[in-house]
Amino acid sequence: MGPVKGPDKNHQLTLKELPYIIRWRDDRCTRCGRCTAVCPLKAIAPEVRVERVVSSEGMVPAPKVTRRVVSVVSQVNDIDRYCTGCAMCQLVCPNAAIEPEFNPEHKFLHVKNKGGDAYKRGGRRNDPNPSTLDMLKFTRISMLTDPALDAGRHEFHLRTYLGRILPPKDLPLKAGGDGRLVVDKGADVFVPPVRQIYPIMIGSMSVGALSPPMWEGLAMGVAYLNEQLGMPVVMASGEGGMPPRLLKSRFLKYFILQIASGYFGWDEIIRSLPHMVEDPAAIEIKYGQGAKPGDGGLLMSYKVLNLIASIRGVPMFVDLASPPTHQTKYSIEEAVAKMIISMSMAWGFRVPVYPKISGTKTAKAVLNNLARNPYAAALSIDGEDGGTGAAYNVSMDKMGHPIAMNIRECYLDLVRQGKQNELPLIGSGGVGKKGNLAANAAALIMLGASAVSVGKYLMQSTAGCLGDEHNRCNLCNTGRCPRGITTQDPKLYRRLDSAKVAERLVDVFKAADTELKKIFAPLGRSTELPIGMSDGLSVGNKEIADALGISYAC
Amino acid sequence: MCRLAAITAAEYFSPMENIHALETMKEGHDGSGMGLMLKNLGGFAESLKDFPVLSGICSSDGLKALDEYMKVNGFREVHMWAPRIKPVAGIDKRDCYFAKFYDYPPAYRESPWAEKEALLTGTRLALREMGEADESIVVFSFYPDVLTLKEVGDPLALGEFFGLEDGRLKAKIILAQGRQNTNYAINLYACHPFFIQGFGTMTNGENTAFVPIRQYLMSRGVQGYTGYQSDSEVFTHILHYTVRELGFPITYYKDIITPLKQLEIETRPDRDALRLIRQSLRMLVIDGPNCIIGFTPEGDCFMVQDAKKLRPGAVGGVKGKYAFMSEECGLDRAVPGRDRSLDIFPMKYDFVTVPMGALEVKVWDQLKGRTKTIS
Repeated sequence: MGPVKGPDKNHQLTLKELPYIIRWRDDRCTRCGRCTAVCPLKAIAPEVRVERVVSSEGMVPAPKVTRRVVSVVSQVNDIDRYCTGCAMCQLVCPNAAIEPEFNPEHKFLHVKNKGGDAYKRGGRRNDPNPSTLDMLKFTRISMLTDPALDAGRHEFHLRTYLGRILPPKDLPLKAGGDGRLVVDKGADVFVPPVRQIYPIMIGSMSVGALSPPMWEGLAMGVAYLNEQLGMPVVMASGEGGMPPRLLKSRFLKYFILQIASGYFGWDEIIRSLPHMVEDPAAIEIKYGQGAKPGDGGLLMSYKVLNLIASIRGVPMFVDLASPPTHQTKYSIEEAVAKMIISMSMAWGFRVPVYPKISGTKTAKAVLNNLARNPYAAALSIDGEDGGTGAAYNVSMDKMGHPIAMNIRECYLDLVRQGKQNELPLIGSGGVGKKGNLAANAAALIMLGASAVSVGKYLMQSTAGCLGDEHNRCNLCNTGRCPRGITTQDPKLYRRLDSAKVAERLVDVFKAADTELKKIFAPLGRSTELPIGMSDGLSVGNKEIADALGISYAC
Repeated sequence: MCRLAAITAAEYFSPMENIHALETMKEGHDGSGMGLMLKNLGGFAESLKDFPVLSGICSSDGLKALDEYMKVNGFREVHMWAPRIKPVAGIDKRDCYFAKFYDYPPAYRESPWAEKEALLTGTRLALREMGEADESIVVFSFYPDVLTLKEVGDPLALGEFFGLEDGRLKAKIILAQGRQNTNYAINLYACHPFFIQGFGTMTNGENTAFVPIRQYLMSRGVQGYTGYQSDSEVFTHILHYTVRELGFPITYYKDIITPLKQLEIETRPDRDALRLIRQSLRMLVIDGPNCIIGFTPEGDCFMVQDAKKLRPGAVGGVKGKYAFMSEECGLDRAVPGRDRSLDIFPMKYDFVTVPMGALEVKVWDQLKGRTKTIS
């Protein structure tokens, strides 16, 4: 006996299972078709229906039933074509006839594994709650006993160092007569390269993950910030190299080249080496990423078009998965040290080389190893709230370590060793998650970071990335980014104006610069970054306060 | 704000001169305490210059414990100075104020100076630790030819309380601080001036960068970088670290605590060294407002301001006697006969020094890296 025949459509989803439900208004819709055309997953479709109309004419009720054929816009209930809530339909609708509405009772993750394919996406951890960074407050306000500084009048030195800094006793200095010190050129001391940079860095987002206009826009903005505004903002390339023209240009000095486990793009970088007219700002060796700890990079085939294939030296339309770890690396003591040395040697020890790891309980072990390696230029730690262009949802939502505590523990560990100014810590992962870029950056610095790195926030603020922590959009991995930010499809990325991205990037950094001053001035700091100035921080949660070694205030 | 009054002279003078100067600046301190630090001692101490002086305050029990500790560790007391206390309303007398002069333990008498100095610092720290919990022993300095006196109260009243007008106590360099209490509870260890191995400083101001600076100093592994009941104690230790530990010329103290901007550094002849120093010692950058007055082991006195110049300070005097004061009225009291037009009000690039002997003033310009001598 077979199964009892159930109602029609029993194995289909109801719209209530889906994370966003489309609200469409028949009375406003002109059937122009823009919404259905723009929808990245075709979650809405025009549909023809027969409508039953009951009408009555005359003084006495005389109902008359007629049927007519109407066209409507309806939401499909196919899990592959779910509404992502991106709201592009609302954006293009000339008559405010359509919008997606978040459905808090959805069962999206129960069903988004069709064919045994675990859900992959881009974006950031889907947790709309405030991060620890957002809970921190700046409470040690300089008042009458120690006058606050004036953010508008005093000079501020909002700069930091990227590179291994020699302890003062190791500096190759000698008396030069006349009460002056001079550098002792004959001293057998390696003085590591150190860059003075702006303390907010642009995190690794690759050419490939980003569309040409997006990457170009950021790069143009960085050049403007450096050359017109004198703000030494640096930008990391992500894995996948850089356009050869840029590698050979004078602008290379504003970029950090990343090498990751797939080594994508490094053929071109090595070939360009003899032609480089400037050194890069630094080399970042990616061992991990906060959004997807233990996972390698992933550029899905739909995004591997001609430009990307040529820069990376691979065929078009193949998935580019970097291994979870560097295959040739078997121990931090030897292999990582060798990689740092190799990279340093490639540029004649003129370029800082540092590893980037994902936030983890084991960060201190890495730190201590690097602290003993005089060639390690920094340690970049990427917390669980970091973003990515493509990863498994489970990695993004459930794996990783919050950045605040990782940075704090590592900094205090360096303090115990007296090396707090020798190995700069770079903190990232969720900086600006709730829009508080400067406040989050300042908090991380006061917990002990020398610099912070930011990516997702910049996509949201410079190019209108639609993604959020309610899993809105987050289609970065599919190449169907409706804003044209994370796609290689010209039909999509031509929507994005690189000049506008550059302009917005400059806006963002200028505003953040003002906000940082507005934070540091009342704390009485302007001459130097308040690295580790934890007495300026409080939090309204005793357990967090104790864990971070800061004060509790409520 | 506190008020500072330092005098350096070719001849011995009484600390009452500093106290009278503080009295003229009374609007700037609340009488919550005074610290006196005397260097190059005169009078009865002139013949005792080679013997380290332990300055402090003890309870009766504390004094016994202290004496026992010193005896066990081989120190032989050769002289003791104690103030002749006169009861003064508003000042609570403690059991014993003292400056004890010791001869080194026999095993150290022929030791190199560095070893003797380490012994003195270690002994001071040990005594401090012994008496810290019950406040039975408070020790401020243990060093040859340096004497420290601190107490809670109004400076003028304390002068009377300690009987300083009797003229027994004299020196050629005296730092005095009239305290403005901003620490809520008054702790004598929080009272300026502070001292370590020949370096003494006092500060008017607040130190917003105190926590990272304290962490940096405490992690240097240097004997004596501890305590920090006051955020200003780090200024003394940064000076010690700069000159003693790193061996830098003293002007680099200013380059460390108030560094030049990047473009300004490029104008200095020693820019290559400065760039490295700026990076390497960024944890010791202060952020004012601060006016620091101090002396070196050689007897040079100085005044330095933070870059934003938010605390007052003036230097003036005549050949043989110069004063470093928070206010002009303090200078008028300390050196009334000077040419006021020659007074110096150190600005953000100035490092003003009066070398031992008080015969001239040197103003080092941080921007140019040059010194101008005014004699």
